[in-house]
Amino acid sequence: MVTLNHYLWVSGLLFALGIAGIVLRRNALVIFMALEMNLNAANLALVAFARYNHVVDAQVLVFFIIAIAAAEVAVGLAIIVALFRRKQTVSVDELNSMRL
Amino acid sequence: MNVHDILFWVFSIAMLVCGVMVIAHRNPVNSAMSLVLLFAFMAGLFVLLEAFFLATIQVLVYAGAVMVLFLFVIMLLDIRASVLKRLRWLGLVGALLVSGLLVWEIQQVLRQPAVESAVEAKGLALGLSDVVKPLFTQYMLPVQLTALLLLAAMVGVVLLSKRDLQ
Repeated sequence: MVTLNHYLWVSGLLFALGIAGIVLRRNALVIFMALEMNLNAANLALVAFARYNHVVDAQVLVFFIIAIAAAEVAVGLAIIVALFRRKQTVSVDELNSMRL
Repeated sequence: MNVHDILFWVFSIAMLVCGVMVIAHRNPVNSAMSLVLLFAFMAGLFVLLEAFFLATIQVLVYAGAVMVLFLFVIMLLDIRASVLKRLRWLGLVGALLVSGLLVWEIQQVLRQPAVESAVEAKGLALGLSDVVKPLFTQYMLPVQLTALLLLAAMVGVVLLSKRDLQ
């Protein structure tokens, strides 16, 4: 019998994986992908709560999170492209100054 | 074990394996493809939770739009494939420490009786109209603000993509 606990475990493990990716990887693009995994983990927890407690607001919140995530990805990738144009790299080790 | 349980285990284990592959692959293209699979399995879990509208949105927005954007940028940047650098041991230890601590915390929280008691799914599944109706009544202002934010993001992206930021 799959309970709310199982879904929350999967969500938590996915979030931990995302955090590990953010700390471990040096490619800015892969860090960004790990960030998307984190957002998805939060979405899964919210949808599971919505199903097991029968609250509609959690699903509405997920809808908003997906909309915001789309905007965030567009801006973030534009920033990465602009950075690459300046510095010719997306490794966060080499992007170590705020100066252009 | 009924069909729901079997599908839950299949989807969640496949999703976590995809998550590991996203952060383990050296080539960003492989990471992106694993992420597409992860989003598809996540949509499957949404279907199991009877959130059909969100499953559709997940496939359309994430697996469709967002990942295409990612792949376009990867191709645009033409990153030298698999720059074989040595693994940072400090980074690995830090990542294991942070995520291990997080998993321990989650385990502590999920042991609480309030969470463990929620075994049965309550009530009927939420239909499309149940999810969408609040967007036009109770959540009208947030919807408008999100629209404004999307416009701002669009203007920002156009500005950032200009050759010279003068």
